[in-house]
Amino acid sequence: MSHSLGIAASPEESLSPHETVVQAGQPWFHVDWGELWDYRDLIYLLVRRDFVSKYKQTVLGPVWFILQPLLMTAVFTVIFGVVANISTDGLPKTLFYFSGMVMWSYFAQNLNTATTIFTTNAYLFTKVYFPRLVVPLATALSNLFSFAIQFVTFLAFYAWFKLFTAAGAEIMIRPAALLLPLELIHLIVLSLAVSLWMSALTAKYRDFTHLMAFIAQIWLYVTPVVIPISSFPKAWRWVPAVNPMTALVEWFRYAFLGRGTVTLQSIGLSVAITVVLFVSGVAFYQRTARTFADTV
Amino acid sequence: MSRPIIEVEAISKRYRLGDLDAGSFREELHRLWARVRGKTPPRASADRDFWALRDVSFEVQAGDVLGVVGRNGAGKSTLLKVLSRITEPTSGRAVLRGRVASLLEVGTGFHQELSGRENVYLNGAILGMRRAEIDRKFDEIVAFAEVEKFIDTPVKRYSSGMHVRLAFAVAAHLEPEILLIDEVLAVGDVAFQKKCLGKMEGVSKSGRTVLFVSHNMSAVETLCPRSIFVDHGTCQGTAPSVEIIARYLQQNGAHDGTSTLAMERVQNDGTAEFLNCRIRNQAGEEGASPKTNERFTLLIGLRVHQPVRFPVFGLEIRNHIGTVMTLVNTTEQGYQFPPMEPGDYEVAIAVGPISYLPGLYRISINFENPSGHFYIKAEDAIHLEVASSPLYGTLELDSRWGCVYTPIRYEITPVRSAALAEV
Repeated sequence: MSHSLGIAASPEESLSPHETVVQAGQPWFHVDWGELWDYRDLIYLLVRRDFVSKYKQTVLGPVWFILQPLLMTAVFTVIFGVVANISTDGLPKTLFYFSGMVMWSYFAQNLNTATTIFTTNAYLFTKVYFPRLVVPLATALSNLFSFAIQFVTFLAFYAWFKLFTAAGAEIMIRPAALLLPLELIHLIVLSLAVSLWMSALTAKYRDFTHLMAFIAQIWLYVTPVVIPISSFPKAWRWVPAVNPMTALVEWFRYAFLGRGTVTLQSIGLSVAITVVLFVSGVAFYQRTARTFADTV
Repeated sequence: MSRPIIEVEAISKRYRLGDLDAGSFREELHRLWARVRGKTPPRASADRDFWALRDVSFEVQAGDVLGVVGRNGAGKSTLLKVLSRITEPTSGRAVLRGRVASLLEVGTGFHQELSGRENVYLNGAILGMRRAEIDRKFDEIVAFAEVEKFIDTPVKRYSSGMHVRLAFAVAAHLEPEILLIDEVLAVGDVAFQKKCLGKMEGVSKSGRTVLFVSHNMSAVETLCPRSIFVDHGTCQGTAPSVEIIARYLQQNGAHDGTSTLAMERVQNDGTAEFLNCRIRNQAGEEGASPKTNERFTLLIGLRVHQPVRFPVFGLEIRNHIGTVMTLVNTTEQGYQFPPMEPGDYEVAIAVGPISYLPGLYRISINFENPSGHFYIKAEDAIHLEVASSPLYGTLELDSRWGCVYTPIRYEITPVRSAALAEV
């Protein structure tokens, strides 16, 4: 059992692998990564469970993965593009919104499920031990499935616009697209970090269940999904700048449409914020999970 | 002896009563504000604290099957939750040297939409099994649960019996070095319970270490050579199960054979009430223990509030592990009592001579009508201690010698060899 970053040196470090020590006041950042790895089968099975239970009784099944962002894109196109006529930096409106949605909807999906991680799994958490990080991890992984479908749908849209419309000359895929695997990890870790924070907060203060929808809404508008940074009032530009989601959305647009406001600094800042949120999120989540069974 | 496989050292667990931990944001802000102003933050006072466990220490050697006995709310489940890491202790420390699996209920994590097969895997993984391990045992699990035909049907279509059987089957095939079990045998029909008990015995003989929480004294006695007795969050270490069970039963009702009714277990519909309940031995002494082969009288003070047209009394006597020794009621015996008007009565029930061996017995008394409606249902209303006396000659017997005393005579007659040849 390794104690990465363990604050207090615990006596159990000298003991054999299958030793469990139960005691109070474990260090905040106590994650047994090896144990988490031992439970990889459970992670896989939870991902499967999520998937099966979510779509088993719907008529359209996984088609919803495509429909959801499409409907959102349609709504944005009409409201922000046509009615409010907000600039899309010269990109075709549909592609502009859809490209924003690909990254955003993964993040939002994790945010949505975050508030219910403890409550919907209370029946597990109070009855059996397993590393509690398994649950948010499985959620983040199962949401990847819809991300993949949306990404492919986006590529299909891209191809259609590129080949059959006049705007085709305006858009291009840049070499930055090769960063996709890295940026995907960035997105997963950030989404996980925020959902760890939110789930722990909700477990402690139920008020956050009600706040969550509101937080997600605000967060959407300060991320350049519908409003490009260039349309933000100058005095308010710092808001999307410190928002770690901004760099991800802008990078995606830059890489897959050829136009976006992204720099190495903005990505670096986002990564730094992500790491801080993640480390603190894991600590907070673990601490909450250790005594959660007492409060439900 | 080598190092114990489970070492529990002064484990305590405190719960805050009230809503402090489930607290809302406002309270936290309130406390933060108080701290900012340099005042002591308002805290839960000590009397809102509840110690579910206090300085519990004991050791378990590898291969032991240890019973955990105690009343409801004594802290048994909390102890198991702490040891299985579902919740953290407030202080103290425990070391478990081996792979631990805990079973606080059966079927944890069963998902209604998934098929039996998928649930076996999911449930197994939740309990800590690897997929390869489940693969290996899958057929055995399904056969044990007797659900072969329905294994690919979603469990929401299962009957509750099938559900429970499948859930237990998964749990029964866990192979940890240390198994923590809470009361899971209280599931399924009688036949399946027997099967589970058999499986449990197999587990306990396979050299695994088991901690077994149960109210079923008979199961504790069969499965666990030693036990601990948890009482108001404390525990005095391990002792032979027979002793622990006696202590548990003693606590669970009046032992002195006089009058205390374990009132918490008396159900009453308001028609009448039991005022007291005494035992008188055949010498006429109240509170004295009868011996095997003697008679005793059960005296019940009864206050009737509303007229009872057809009074019926029922009597049930169980031994220390819950086996019914005697079960009878006045209707079956052909009694027809006159209607009872409101007022006080004394009911004398003459019992015996009893054939029970020395030991502790529990008597339940019912006051009911002929159609089985209970006016009063007093479970374990009084304890009967049968005192030891020389039986079968000079032997002082106890429960190890069986349940009842039956006079037995032997006779040996020499047979002539001619007669023997004829046979």
